[in-house]
Order: sequence, then C-alpha cells, then structure tokens
Amino acid sequence: MFVSLNWLKNYVDINHLPPDELAEKITKSGIEVEGIEYIADDSSNVVVGYVKQCEKHPNADKLNLCQVDVGEEDLQIICGAPNIKQGQKVAVAKPGAVLPGNFKIKKAKLRGVESRGMICSLQELGIEEKFVPKEFADGIFVFPENAEIGADASQLLNLDDAVLELGLTPNRSDALSMLGVAYETAAILDQPLQLPDESVEFTAELTEDYIDVRVEAPDLNPYYGAFVIKDIEVKPSPLWIRNYLIAAGIRPINNVVDITNYVLLEYGQPLHAFDYDQFGSKEIVVRRAYDNESIVTLDGQERELSAEHLVITNGQQPTALAGVMGGADAEVSESTTTVLLEAAYFSPVAVRKSSRDHGLRSESSTRYEKGIDPDRVKRAGIRACQLLSEYAGGKVLTGPVAFDQLDRSEAKVEITTSNINDRLGTAITDQEIAGILRRLNFHFEEKNSGFVVSIPTRRGDITIFEDMVEEVARIYGYDNLPYTLPQGASQAGGLTDRQTLKREVKHYMEGAGLMEAITYSLTSKERAEMLTSPEISEKAAGSIRLSMPMSEEHSNLRLSILPELLASLSYNLARKQPNLAYYEMGTVFVSTVGENVTKQPQEVLRLAAAVTGDWLAYPWQQEKKQVDFFVVKGIAEGLFDKLGVHVEYKQAKLDGMHPGRTAQLLSNGTSIGFIGQIHPTVQNDFDLKDTYVFDIDLEKLLETIHVEPSFSKIPRYPSISRDIALMVEEGLHAGDIKKTIEAAGGPLVKDVQVFDVYQGEHLPAGRKSIAFNLLYLDPEKTLKDEEVESSYQEILSAVKEAHGAELRG
Amino acid sequence: MKERLQELKEEALAKAEQAETLSELQEIRVAYLGKKGPITEVLRGMGKLSKEERPVIGELANRVRESIADVLDTKKETLEAKQLEAKLEKETIDVTLPGRPVNVGGPHLLTSIVEEIEDLFIGMGFEVREGPEVETDYFNFEALNLPKGHPARDMQDSFYITEELLMRTHTSPVQARTMGKYDGKKPVKMICPGKVYRRDTDDATHSHQFTQVEGLYVDKNVQMSDLKGVLNRFAKQMFGEEREIRLRPSFFPFTEPSVEMDISCKVCNGEGCSVCKGTGWIEILGGGMVHPRVLEMAGYDPKEYTGFAFGMGPERIAMLKYGVDDIRHFYTNDIRFLKQYHKA
Repeated sequence: MFVSLNWLKNYVDINHLPPDELAEKITKSGIEVEGIEYIADDSSNVVVGYVKQCEKHPNADKLNLCQVDVGEEDLQIICGAPNIKQGQKVAVAKPGAVLPGNFKIKKAKLRGVESRGMICSLQELGIEEKFVPKEFADGIFVFPENAEIGADASQLLNLDDAVLELGLTPNRSDALSMLGVAYETAAILDQPLQLPDESVEFTAELTEDYIDVRVEAPDLNPYYGAFVIKDIEVKPSPLWIRNYLIAAGIRPINNVVDITNYVLLEYGQPLHAFDYDQFGSKEIVVRRAYDNESIVTLDGQERELSAEHLVITNGQQPTALAGVMGGADAEVSESTTTVLLEAAYFSPVAVRKSSRDHGLRSESSTRYEKGIDPDRVKRAGIRACQLLSEYAGGKVLTGPVAFDQLDRSEAKVEITTSNINDRLGTAITDQEIAGILRRLNFHFEEKNSGFVVSIPTRRGDITIFEDMVEEVARIYGYDNLPYTLPQGASQAGGLTDRQTLKREVKHYMEGAGLMEAITYSLTSKERAEMLTSPEISEKAAGSIRLSMPMSEEHSNLRLSILPELLASLSYNLARKQPNLAYYEMGTVFVSTVGENVTKQPQEVLRLAAAVTGDWLAYPWQQEKKQVDFFVVKGIAEGLFDKLGVHVEYKQAKLDGMHPGRTAQLLSNGTSIGFIGQIHPTVQNDFDLKDTYVFDIDLEKLLETIHVEPSFSKIPRYPSISRDIALMVEEGLHAGDIKKTIEAAGGPLVKDVQVFDVYQGEHLPAGRKSIAFNLLYLDPEKTLKDEEVESSYQEILSAVKEAHGAELRG
Repeated sequence: MKERLQELKEEALAKAEQAETLSELQEIRVAYLGKKGPITEVLRGMGKLSKEERPVIGELANRVRESIADVLDTKKETLEAKQLEAKLEKETIDVTLPGRPVNVGGPHLLTSIVEEIEDLFIGMGFEVREGPEVETDYFNFEALNLPKGHPARDMQDSFYITEELLMRTHTSPVQARTMGKYDGKKPVKMICPGKVYRRDTDDATHSHQFTQVEGLYVDKNVQMSDLKGVLNRFAKQMFGEEREIRLRPSFFPFTEPSVEMDISCKVCNGEGCSVCKGTGWIEILGGGMVHPRVLEMAGYDPKEYTGFAFGMGPERIAMLKYGVDDIRHFYTNDIRFLKQYHKA
C-alpha cells in the first residue's frame, strides 16, 4: 500500500511531523514502512504558463516558437512537443529551475533563436512513465483551464508529496485504505480524525425502476448494492484525483474509472462501474458460474468458468468475474452516459478461487481476499456517487437497490487492566487503557472493573483477548515494556547425550583434518539414489519425490549425502582447489514404498566423508602423499575407536564404487556403511580425480554406544614384543590372518599390528609376506618366556592350518 | 733427574698447548705418559738412586705425570667442545622455510552460529530439541493455528510431497510436538535448530533450503516482558553489549501479540546507512506470546499456561555478523569461503 501524505493530511493532522519521523512512529506501532518516496522533491521554479502564441520555428520543422505568459513576464520558449497548442496552460520550468536528476534549466539558443525556459512533460517533472495519463504520455502536460497563471506547478501537480510504502502483514488489511491508515495514524499520534463527506443529492427518479438485483449465492455475496447515475460526461478527472492516484501507483484513465479507483483507495472498498446501456438487461443476477460458461474480461482474455467462480450476470451472460475483473461487454467508454455502479461484499473464499484460477490479481481482488469492512460497502458507493455528481456531471438516482444479508455487528472483547498487565508484565492504569481505546476509536463500556470493547468492523483481525492485548501494547509502545527474566522454576538447560555425541563426532572429524560441508537435501532423482549404502538400499524403494518440484535439480529427497558432497568437491576443483577433505553430517530420507509415501519417511542420520588430491604435501622437501584408501580408512578407524565400536571391513562390490577398493562396514554382523574409492567412471561424471569416501550410519552408531569411560589399571608389569613374518598366498587378507592370530594367541596377546607387507624378489611368485608385531602382557605378573613361546607356537600352527601360512626365515 | 723430569713436563705442556686436534693430543698422551714414554723410563731408572732420593723423585715423577694428564684432559675438553660447535654450525638450517602443514578441518559457519545460539540459550536454562524435516500438514500448519485455506499459508509457499506431507517450512512443528509429549502438564523451555525448506528460487537473498532456530517457553505466568528480557540478553551476547534492541508489533498466526526484533545497525551505529536501508535498525527475528489456540491444540489450558516463542535465521545472523553477501555461499561449499571462519 502506497500512502500519499498529502492525501492523508485530509483526514488527520500530520503537518508537525517530517515524513521520516512519521514513518518511524508508524513502523514502531506495527505497520512497517518499507520505504519513503519523495515524488519530485527537487523540482523548483516550475510555474503554470499560458501559451499566448505558438508558431513554427523559422529554422526547424519539428520545433515551435512559443510566447508564454508566466505571470510577472512573458517568456519566449522553444518547444518540440507534438501536442503544444496556443491557448494551453502548461508547466514551465523557468531559467534557474532545477528538475529531477539535477537538470538545470538555462537560457539557450536553439537553431539561432533564443529560448528562455522549458515547457515540461510529466516525466520531466519526475512522474513515472507508467502513471502518466495516456493523453500526455508522448508530449507536454496540459493543465485544466482554471489553473492560475504563474501558480506553483509543483504544488498543483503534487510534486511536493512524500509517499510511504507500507509492508502489511496479512492481519492488517484494514490499512489497505486511506481511511484505515488515517485511523491508525490518528491513534498513534493521538490526533482527531476528519472523515470524508458522504452526503449526496438524489434525483426523484428511483433506481429500482432501472435495475433489479437478485443474489443466488448469498453465502458468497451477502451484500450487493446497485446505484444508477445518469447524464455522465466522461472526461479527465480533476487534477487532485489524478495526483492522488499517481501517488498511489494507479494510472489515471477518465473521471468514472478514476473515481471508482479513488474510492477503492480511500475506503478500501472495490467498486465496479458498468455502462448501463451496454449491460444487456435490467436485472443483475449474482450466481455461481455454470460449467462450460466463459467470459471475455476487460483485458480481452476469454476465461473458462466453473461452479467455483462467482459471476455477475445480466440474467443471461456473465458481465463480470465477481470481485476480480469486469467483462469487456459492459465496459465504461468515452460514450457512456449512464453508469451502473456496483458496491458489493464478496467473500474472501469466492474471490481467492477466481483470482487463483485465472491468475488475476488486482487492487480489488487483493482487498476482497483479505476481507473488507462490511460497514463501508454502501458508504463507499454513496461517496462515489457524490464524486460522480460533482466531477462527472452525474445525476444520482434514489437508491441503491440492494440485496442485503450482511452482518455488520461488532464483536465484543472483554479485558481487564489486571489481565492486560499480567500478560504484558506492565503496570498500566485503567485511565491509560481507556485513553488507548479512545485513541483507537474503539467504543467500550466499563464493567466489573474491566472494559467491554466493541471492535469496529474495519478491524476484523481482533476477535479474542490476546488481540486486544496486542492493541493496547502497541499503542502503549513495545518500547515501554519492561525487561524481565522468566520467574518460573529454573530448569538446567543442556544437550542430550545424543546431541553431545554429535558434536563430538564433528570435532573428531575436524581434528582429523576434514572441513564440514552442508549440501542440499533436495537433489535430482539420479543423485538422490546414487551411492546409497547397502543398509539403506535394502530398505528404501527408491527416493521420495516432491509433488511439484521447482526444478529437476531439486526434485527428490536424498538417500545418500555423497553425491551432493562430490558435487561440492567438483565445484572446488573447477576453481583450481585440488586438495579437499570434506565431511557432512545430515539426514537421508528412507521410504519403504519410495515415491508412494503416505507416512513420514524414516530420517536417518548419516556421516559422510569425501577426500581427494594430496593428503600431505611438503613442497620444498619434495614430499607428497596422495589420498588413498588407507587415509580415509584411518579416519574411520579413529572414529570407531573413539566411539568404542568394533567394525569389520568386508571387501565389497557396490554400485558407483571401485570394485577392488571398496569395503562394506559391519558392526555385530549388520551393515553400517561403506568405505572406498569412487568408481573411475563416476569420478569422470563429476569431473573428479581419485576420490575416496565413506558413508556411515550414525543413527545406528549413536543408538548402540554408551560412552561412559571407566578406569582400567595402568599395567605394572613389562610387556614383551614379538615379531612374526608369514608367507602366504597373495590373495589372502591380512585381517583374516590377524583374526586367527588373535584367536590362537590366547589372553596374553594384547595387540596385533601389521608392520610390513612385502611381495617380490626373494619370494616365490604368487606369494606375499605379511609381518605382524605381537604384544604380550600379563597384568597380574611378570611374563615368563615359556608362556610367550608356547602362545607363539600355537599361533604358528593355527595360521599354517587356517591359511597355509609359513614362517618366513 | 729432577731436571730431566722438569724438562719433560715443560716439553709436554708446550706440545699440549700447541695441539689442535684430538688425535695430536692422544699422540702426546701416548708419547709422554705411555708405558714406553720418558717418564716411565725415568721411573725405571730409580733403582740407581739412593734410598732417600727415591721417594722424592718418585713423588716428583707422579706429580709431573698428573699435571701433564690434567693439562691434556682440559685441553681435550676444549677441543671436544670446539669440535661439537663446528659440527652444530654445519647443521644450521633456514628457519624461515615453511613447516610441514598439519591438515586442519573445521565447522561450517552455520554450525558455528547454531552452536553459539544453542549454548547461549542453554545458559538460560533451555534444552535443545530436534524433529523431522519431512512434516505432516497438521504439525507444520494446523497445530500452529494455520488451518487449511488460511491466507497466511501464502507467506511460506511449501514443498509438498503428498497433500498431508511436506518439507517443513519452519522448525516450529518441533514446538508443537514437544508440547504434545508433555501432555499439557509440564513447563516447556526449549529451542529447536534445523533445516527448513521453502519454494523460493535461489538467489543472493533466498534459498530453498535454509536453517532456523526457534525457541519456546511455556509455563504459568509467562509475560511479554520476559520475552523482551530473554531476547535482549540473547541479542547483546550474540551481537555485542553496545547493540540496542527494539521490538515492533508484527503478525504471525501462532503468536499474539507478535513482535519483530531489530538491533541497531552495527555498520552505522544507528545513524542510517545502505545496510540498514537508512533506518538505523536491522530486523533479526520474530516472535511473540504463544497463541491460545496453539496452546489449546497442544493440550495446554491457555487460562493456566502462557508462553512465548521466537524464531530466527542463522544464515541471516551470519550475514549480518560477518558481512556475507550472498546466501548461496552457505551451500556451495567453496573451500575459500569455508576456511575464512576458522579463526576461533
């Protein structure tokens, strides 16, 4: 909503406040002023001039040489506008004038002839092109004949106005009218309010002899008032109406249209003017449209209708889409002499449906959708009749003819001073509350040490006690509320164990050298279903799809974090950042029925990592280490170790992963994720070099672990270390041999570590050597050599039996 | 003989004085103090001496030996020290060369902001709650006083999956869920951070996915001044003690009265600049007193319980606090962006 302050001044005295201070007060009271626009604040020295003479320029075909009376003197001005004529009153920027854009007017010579000043178009005076009336769009502006020669044109054209742009929340549709803003401003400033004159002189003729009104859908249209105004002369409206419309962002058309728009803005009540002679009958029937019915609206579009749309008809055809747009057939034109004026109340539901279905949003539909003031419907019609009789020569027939089932009753809300204070934490007095209600123009009765407030129909947003609490608080001033801290029983705040663990996992990952990334949960169908971990693909029947995605890039809910994480790596690689180590913790969305979800999917917390490029790089030492499987495995192992989870790595072949460099992660036999290198073709698709990843079901891990460190004794007896190098088939897994060693070694073996893997010279083809370091310890006593030796022998025979391993000499 | 010993002593000391290497020194030691050396020789010839002379010469010879040995030892230490010094000198490195870099990761800026907010409210006795990102229409809208067809649903166009399921548009459903769990009996004091989704085209100021932290406090006798006090404390801790706050009336379907909170602009100190669009104030969060319908639907009697709720956007807070100029930076994961916020 754009609010012209010059217009607002007609209802409430704001002269003592500069626009920015007024804006600040309005904002602080609940309606946000999003901007202040000064129409053309810097226009000066522009006056009304009378074109006494207008001849062709002696040396230029397209220029005119004019003698212009500007009051104290005559100025010779050269003007190129096509619509300049002798006898016009025009806007003259005198030498010394400064126009918007810091355009300084000086004496000049044009093709050898002197020119003193400029005859201006509205655009040159700072009015936006789209608001300039069509007749002046391509030339200079012409004042009405009664304009006073030499008068200040800025004032006459409202160039000294400031316009507030209000950002209205959905509840404050009352401020979609100048009167609503006036009530608000009067309350904020504690100023009296001046309402417009709503008196009109009716002729002896009766409207009912001209038109009949029948409403067949009273639920959607509880009030329909029809006025008839005869002897209309369609012409430009007076300057002040045009000025106010321009300030409010509406282009002036002609007096009839302008007046309906003016009243729309003033009262917030949409009106519609039909050409009575083109209406096609003497009967208005408001009904739901028939299926297969259509209407050609004012914009020339044919629109298909259905029973969900409310239409105004002449008994036969629709003549308007109720509350949204009129039909082309009965449109007011230059030749209209009798106007049929509609002032109606259409329900928000009816208008919203029509407006949505036809993609039509107008000043009218917006107001109907948000709910208009029932009390102003008829009054606005009267106000329009009054203006039409004054500025369009109209004779208003006694009326209106109306269908009326409209509820205009005022809601009552009871408040007490102590209730209000209890809710706000204030110490407001009875008198202060009564004062606030008076400022708001709310009637009230004092009863039982409280107030029964009658809520005016313009404030449909106030229905319950809490709404009144806000009204009182905002006029009292939110600034004046005290600062307190909650008095309730204090509770210890904190994180749950799960939340603490999540933070610890993040800290671990960061300490391990990985940067946290956050990617989108919505991705393409292809990416949503790529690189899913076995335990996820097992359950999910494909990814969930949005019913109306905005684009295919963000259409499905992810089943894996990895694809978008890889895309992030790729983004960086393209920007010459080759060494990257990222992790992300986030949810994936598992539906056992895929796209056919009806219930909330299971949201599974996962932890993914993706690493590419150099892991270590010491440039001047000429040392570099590319990331490999064992780098990411080391990170994963560290995490499992920290969480106290035992995890097995099982060689696996998974879609999108390198077939020889991938392992499934198993904990107690169930899958909890995977680790490995991205398949080279997938790497290619993402424009990535070798990239190693893991993806872990954190949900499952956090559920199962209990991190409660307990004390175990620091051993007092020395440990004994033994090495054992075994020669085995090259396809055997170190992990399997290690398991055999641990099982065979007995309780004294505390740790088994691989310290060398060798294949090549001195070994038979197809064999490799794996060397383990064994750590023996007895916490209770000093170990004896025999104990170690006997365990060592057990191990040797066990690995020989299980793996055909031979001790390498 | 005495003279001979004296001579030997002086000779040896002179040589020791001149010795420059440890091996020279060793030669001197062997030459004078060795078994075949002159002093031994002198001692061997003592048999020819008289009984009286023998102990005198013997003692003298020992003294000469000792003093030569002393000097040689001292000299040896000096030479060794020199040698070490020379060796260390050779080991000199260029200390200005770069060290071996350690791989250091770090949190995403949004995580840092969210954890900072969490810790601030934990300090005021709030607990942290989480909830699903795919929500039911009931919890996302209806339980928050936004029935179907409510015009305010326009304010947050949503990604629906089915008619009853959607990507949550705010984290407020977690409030409704938590209250529901407490069955209208216990006070609730919680914040809920999380991802939320709206039908917005991604640009510098809009993102179809973003983060929200909402807070809720429901108890007997909660007043609007409490909301003001809590938010004031939050704002000063988050943005600095010198920041002023101001509350403005606003509208949300789930609160009444509703507020928006501004803080005085950090860039211009409230004077008015392009960041605050000349107003001197920057909007950072919305909130209000919990609407009685919301309490009722969650099983709380609004005559007995009142409460306040508020919600804020960590992206916006990060943008204000650090001058981040484009919301898309939070989701493209440009390493050059992520690394900027690691100086704790």
